[in-house]
Formats: sequence, structure tokens, C-alpha cells
Amino acid sequence: MQASHLDEPRMNILYDERLDGPLPPVDKAAVLAELRARLPELEVLHEPEALKPYECDGLSAYRVTPMLVVLPRRVEEVQEILRLCHERRVPVVARGAGTGLSGGALPLERGILLVMSRFNRILEINPEGRYARVQPGVRNLAISQAAAPYGLYYAPDPSSQIACTIGGNVAENAGGVHCLKYGLTVHNLLKVEILTIEGERLVLGADALDAPGFDLLALFTGSEGMLGVVTEVTVKLLPKPEVARVLMASFDDVEKAGRAVADIIAAGIVPGGLEMMDNLSIRAAEDFIHAGYPVEAEAILLCELDGVESDVEDDCRRVEAVLKQAGATEVRLARDEAERARFWAGRKNAFPAVGRISPDYYCMDGTIPRRELARVLAGIARLGAEYGLRVANVFHAGDGNMHPLILYDANKPGELERTEELGGKILELCVAVGGTITGEHGVGREKINQMCVQFGPDELTAFHAVKAAFDPEGLLNPGKNIPTLHRCAEFGRMHVHRGQLPFPELERF
Amino acid sequence: MTAADEATELLLAQVRAALADGRPLRIEGSGSKAFLGRPVEGEPLDARAPRGIVRYDPTELVVTVRAGTPLAELEAALDAAGQMLPFEPPHFGPGATVGGMIATGLSGPRRPWSGAVRDFVLGCRVITGLGTHVRFGGEVMKNVAGYDVSRLMAGSFGCLGLITEVSLKVLPKPRARRSLLLEMSLPQALARLAEWGRQPLPISAASHDGRYLRLRLEGGEGSVSAAAARFGGEPLDDGYWEALRELRLPFFLDPRPLWRLSLPPNTPPLELPGEQLVDWGGAQRWLKTEADAENVRAAAAAVGGHAVCWTPGRTDSPFHPLTPVALRYHRQLKARLDPRGIFNPGRMYAQF
Ligand SMILES: Cc1cc2nc3c(=O)[nH]c(=O)nc-3n(C[C@H](O)[C@H](O)[C@H](O)COP(=O)(O)OP(=O)(O)OC[C@H]3O[C@@H](n4cnc5c(N)ncnc54)[C@H](O)[C@@H]3O)c2cc1C
Repeated sequence: MQASHLDEPRMNILYDERLDGPLPPVDKAAVLAELRARLPELEVLHEPEALKPYECDGLSAYRVTPMLVVLPRRVEEVQEILRLCHERRVPVVARGAGTGLSGGALPLERGILLVMSRFNRILEINPEGRYARVQPGVRNLAISQAAAPYGLYYAPDPSSQIACTIGGNVAENAGGVHCLKYGLTVHNLLKVEILTIEGERLVLGADALDAPGFDLLALFTGSEGMLGVVTEVTVKLLPKPEVARVLMASFDDVEKAGRAVADIIAAGIVPGGLEMMDNLSIRAAEDFIHAGYPVEAEAILLCELDGVESDVEDDCRRVEAVLKQAGATEVRLARDEAERARFWAGRKNAFPAVGRISPDYYCMDGTIPRRELARVLAGIARLGAEYGLRVANVFHAGDGNMHPLILYDANKPGELERTEELGGKILELCVAVGGTITGEHGVGREKINQMCVQFGPDELTAFHAVKAAFDPEGLLNPGKNIPTLHRCAEFGRMHVHRGQLPFPELERF
Repeated sequence: MTAADEATELLLAQVRAALADGRPLRIEGSGSKAFLGRPVEGEPLDARAPRGIVRYDPTELVVTVRAGTPLAELEAALDAAGQMLPFEPPHFGPGATVGGMIATGLSGPRRPWSGAVRDFVLGCRVITGLGTHVRFGGEVMKNVAGYDVSRLMAGSFGCLGLITEVSLKVLPKPRARRSLLLEMSLPQALARLAEWGRQPLPISAASHDGRYLRLRLEGGEGSVSAAAARFGGEPLDDGYWEALRELRLPFFLDPRPLWRLSLPPNTPPLELPGEQLVDWGGAQRWLKTEADAENVRAAAAAVGGHAVCWTPGRTDSPFHPLTPVALRYHRQLKARLDPRGIFNPGRMYAQF
């Protein structure tokens, strides 16, 4: 461990009024009394024990006890809550299932946490129109389950799909392992109904493929609860592919695996899923799931091809040839559904698998142009060594979205801090090669400082302008997603220490 | 500085000067889509000078291109690498530019299956009404840092800023393609399309002219020939789809005003006077009619859709009027991003 890293002053992830702007003063007793008067049936939590389960989301290292938690069941209640918050200037943080990994649903001490998980009804499955209309608290997987009898499904499949809500998916523009071919949440939405901070109902998108005016649906998707509260979602349903086959290729070198990915694309093939794991994650997953992974390999690629049977057979042959040409030491085609499921189980359980070999782990989410893969992996290895921390890499290789998992032990003093710093450096490396600090988990509170690395003051000013068009007083999820210019100035002052930018050797984009 | 950079700097200077004296600007490309929307009172600003492909790496499936680049030039470069813009943008003229393609957000026959322009926008550079030249999004497939302003720019008709550069996701061209002609009524065709839509079939375009259903199949050789064998019908020249996309079919010669109806795909045939030509598997319907704007809009709205008048000068609001709440948020967004209201004022709606 190098002392120099700890000498740097740290910027706390929790809301800091000096950097994030003043929050309005709030009188808890008065707000509680008014909520009860205006909505006598609303479930409100206010005792410390009752609030405890809501003090964090999936980024559990950070916790704040909310002032109040409300659990509405009717849209009219949400409307009334927002009106009250607007009138009294009370900050509101929306929450779905709380699986977010960037602290997007991290509460505020002086704010209301608006839990939308009770809105869990599927309102309509329309097989002829190929859409599903659901309440925001419906779980992602529940939509595909309800559509299954019609041979249809909802394509975006985050690994958290048994738990996360569609409202949270809209707010984060969630992805999954099939994004390269089937898109992100934004590509699979038809219509979203929201309530603004003033409690006004606004419909974004339409039952048709486009709607008049600006594409507010696209703007809203991924806005992290900053522009409005989702009250209803209409998603597209797709026919289930006739067949899906998985090839697993082993490589003795990560760089070769990276090149193989480019070669598959160059051959004109768009796989349904294309995932890469490095040796540490292969071992962890194999130890946990017994997926049949080659534990000696430096990297494996999982390539899923789906569609009509004859095309898939054709593509399998092509991909196999490409993989061998690219230097794969072994290529295995899953013999049957059971083996296919096993190959995927290893990948889908990579996070918990890594959780078994380390007391704690911290999941990163940068995206890079794929051609930079080898350079970035080498950079991560170098940084890991520098910080004395192990990093396992799982990677949505098809779309360049990396999930380095930093292994640490929160009980060792200073290790979490070093982990966060290493995480920040990894994200900055992603930006330096032309990528982004978040591919699908969102900025939330976690990456608020790295936003200052990815964007300059002019971009941030434009983002604040967008926010102000919907919520000029900044009552919805304050402190998340877009840093204040003041925070960035502070961050820059501490960060560009010794007159050096991070990664001076890399060309800036 | 390259010539393109200089051209961009010059545009920025022109915008700043207009901002300083609050002079409205009418952003112009080749004018191929100038007939759409409302006329703009403003000083013309030719946005074509910054042109050329900035970066194109086919194995990344991403191209970054300056907004003044002719669309034909971009398409030729992609074609040479065996790739394409999956949303099949209409040109409406030989000089059509990439900037105009983004700003109008129009997509061709493949749209319901592939997605629209906005679905392929990954990032863009924009000269804003705050006098800045900024970059949103990026050149990677997945990026959720900050608000998705790049996709918002698609279809905003230049009302939110001047696009100078855009990064797009592109895809390999399908290996096999075949087009078919099947005789059946529109209700029958819509019922079939709804049924086929629930099966993994390689349909990539579907139109109906009142008498014939035309289908395009795209995918691997195996799936395309299997589907063609299953559907039967007569072979159709693939050129049909380009003529449809460019609105060059005989249907469009009818002198009556042209409307575009955007509807839920499985909507039964609408009871409106005039002739209809159905595209997008039912989700986009072209209507030649003398009917009042109110009637056309009401019929589309009643089924959850909207209507755009494609023929200039027929109505004061060619685009479907917004609900009062939506209008309010449009105006607020415009006011925040273009506070002096200099970019294409009134092009979409009279109110902003
Ligand atoms: C093990 C694990 C694996 C994961 N894998 C993936 C993955 O593969 N891909 C991926 O994209 N993500 C993944 N995630 C992250 C997470 O599941 C997604 O971000 C998900 O979309 C969050 O949904 P949620 O309902 O839990 O939302 P929450 O965590 O409750 O909230 C997330 C954000 O959405 C806002 N929000 C929630 N509901 C609403 C609403 N109704 N209206 C407005 N704003 C709202 C919140 O304010 C917050 O900013 C994973 C998480 C875990 C724990």
C-alpha cells in the first residue's frame, strides 16, 4: 500500500452541501403531519428501525437514513406526495427495488424516499400489438414470464432481473448480456408515463412508434430519477428466437481474445451475446458453479448465436472458424440446453462467485472502444499492482462494457478508500481511451466526481439546463447524476496534483 | 487546424454573433427536407461546411461523421465495408446531409424491425444556444453518463442547437435479401402481420397498397429462403423499397395533400376519405386526402397515434399539436437550451 494515495484529500460520497449546493431546511414533524392529513391511507415509515432497510441501495458501502419513507399504492397518492414536496420544498428520492449499483437511490437525511415497488401490477399483455403495459414496480423478469405463453419476451435482461424493477430500468437505461443485438432499455420502450415534481402527468412516447415533438422518451431514459417519477411503462415484446447456441472459446492470452471479438464482428456477425472473462473470474466462477470452464485459460469468450435454426447453424460454423483463426486453444459448442445454461450460469454468477473469494468486492462499469481492450486490461493490471488489490474482469465484450471487480476487505483499515481510488483511476483510464465512466449502472452518487473527468463545464452546464427545464428547484434526487461546477472545480484542484493529468501518455479525446 | 475544424469554428462564431444580437437563425443543409414543418423567419445559416468522416472502424460498428457530410457519401463508405445505416434514412434529394438526417429523425421501411435514427445515435457535438460547442454521449455502444441529449437531438428539427458531428452505431448488411408480392386485403394483411410478428421470421419491411402486401425478407440464406417458400407469392424487385422510402411511387403523384399517420401497427384501416398506402407493417400510413386537418388528426389520435401534414402550406401546424403539459415542457426545454430562441424558431411549433 502506498501512503501517497492516502495523503490525497478525499471527497465524501455523501451529500455535501458545501459542494453539492444547499438543501432546503425541512421540518420532519410538519411534513409527516401534513402527509397524514392529506393522505390518511398512505403507508409512511418514520421510526429509525423501520427506516433502516432503506438506507442504501446495491452500493451498500454508503448509507444514509432517510427522513421519511413513503410506500404509495395509487398514482394519485404519488401525485399528492409530489405536490406536497413541491409546495414545501422537500427533496424526494425515488426508489424501485434498490438494486442500483451507483447509489442512485441513496436517500437524503432531509428528504423523502418514495418507494415505487408496490406498483407491481402487469396491466396488459397485448400479443397482437406485441407490447406489455406495466406499473413501474413490476420486476424485469416478471414481464418476460407473463409474455412467455404467447412466445414473446422483453429483451433487456440485466443480471439483476429477478429483483430490479422496470421503473428502475427506465431510470438507469439498464442493459444486460444481449444489448449488442437487442439494445438497451431505451430501444425497447414505447411509452412511459411520468409525474413531474409539480405532480403533473406527462406521457412520453406513444403506442405508435413515434410521438409528436422532441424525443423526451429518449431524454428521460437513463435520467436517474432526476426529471420525474415513472408511473407506467409500455415495453415492446419480441418473439422468442427459435434457437440459441453458445460457443465457448479458450485463449492463452487476453489480447488474442480481444482480437477474436473484433474478428467476429468483422465477419458480419452480430451475436446475441458476446462475453469475456479473465482468469481470475473464470476460476472464481468455476469454483462456485462448476460450469465446465477451463481454469487454465487466460480468457474465455462466450458467444451466443440466436435466431432461425438454419442461420444459427451457419453462423456457428463461421464463428468457430474465426475463433480458431484468432488463436483459440479450444472451442466448445454447448451440446444441449443444459450445457448452454451451465455456460451462462458461470457468467451470470460471476459477481457472487467473486464474492466468495474475497470478503468484499467493488463492481465497476466503464465502457471502452473494443480496440482498446488489451491496453485497458494491461492498465488495470498495472493499477491493481500499484494499489495492492486484485481485480477480476468480466466484460460485455460485444459492446465494450467492462465490469472490473475490485477485491477488497472492508474490515482492513483504509482498504475501501484505496479500492474507491483505484476504481476512480480505472474509470479515468476508460475516459482516456475514448470510453465512458458508466455503461449501464449509472452515475448516481458513486461516479459523481468522475463526471468531472468525462465532461467539461460547458457540457455540465447544458445538463443542468436540461434538469432545470423539468425541476428548476432541484427537488428530485438532488446531488445525483450531474456534479455541480463547484464540485468539479474542487475535484480538479485535488486531482491534477503535481501538475499532472491522469494518464498523460494517452491521447485525449 | 483542419479545414473542417475551421469551418466548425466559423459556424460557432456565426452563432455567437447571432446570440449577441438575438438574431434568429434558419439552419440549412441541402434543403432536401426543408418542406417539412413550418417556415422559419431567420437568417439562413449554411451548416454544410464541416464535412467528412472523422473516424470509422468497421469492427467497432461505429462511425463518426461531420454533420455537413452528404448522406450518400456516408452510405457509400459503409457499403464498401459491408455495413449500413439500419434505419434506411430517406434522402429526398441528392444533397441530403447527415445533419439533416439527424435533425429530421426520419427512418425508412426497416424502422419497425431495426429501430429509428435515434436508436443508432451514440453521441454528437452540438453548438448550443448558450454559445458553447459541446459533446454529448460518445463513440461507445453503452453509455449512461449524463442525460441522453444526443438522442434528444434526433428529430428536434434544429430547434435545440446546431449539430456539427454525430457518432452512429452501424450494422453489417444482411447476407440474404428477397422481396415478395402477395395479394390480400389490408385487414387480412394486418392480421397476418400481427401473427407473423409473434414468430421469429426475417421480415424487414412490409407495405400494403390496398391490394397487395409487399414483404422484404433479410437475414441468413437459410431463414430467408425458408420464409420465402412459406409465404409464396410473386417475386418483387428490391428497388420497390427505395422508391417507397423516397416517396417516389405513383401513389405520391396524386395532387391531394399528403399526410403521414403514425399509428399502433395493428390498428384497423382508418375511416378517412382519400387513398392510403401502408408502410412499417401498419405503423406508418400515408394518406392522400382533402379532409380537414382536424379530422385527420382526430382520427389518428383516437387510436393512439398522430398525424403530420407532409404537404407544405396546408395547415399552420403541420406537426400534430402537443398536449398543454407536453407543450409546457417543450417550451421550458427550449428556453433553457436556447434562451434567446435563435435556433429555427417556429419550425416545429408556433410557440417556440
Ligand atoms: C447483482 C447485480 C447485477 C446487476 N446487473 C446489471 C446488469 O447486468 N445490467 C444493468 O444495467 N444493471 C445491472 N445491475 C444494476 C441494477 O439492477 C439496475 O440499475 C436496475 O435498473 C435498478 O433497478 P431498481 O428497481 O433496483 O432501481 P433502484 O436501485 O431502486 O433505483 C435506481 C435509480 O432509479 C431511480 N428510480 C427507481 N424507480 C423509479 C421510478 N419509478 N421513477 C423514477 N426514478 C426511479 C432511482 O431514483 C435511482 O436513481 C445489477 C445489480 C446487481 C445488484
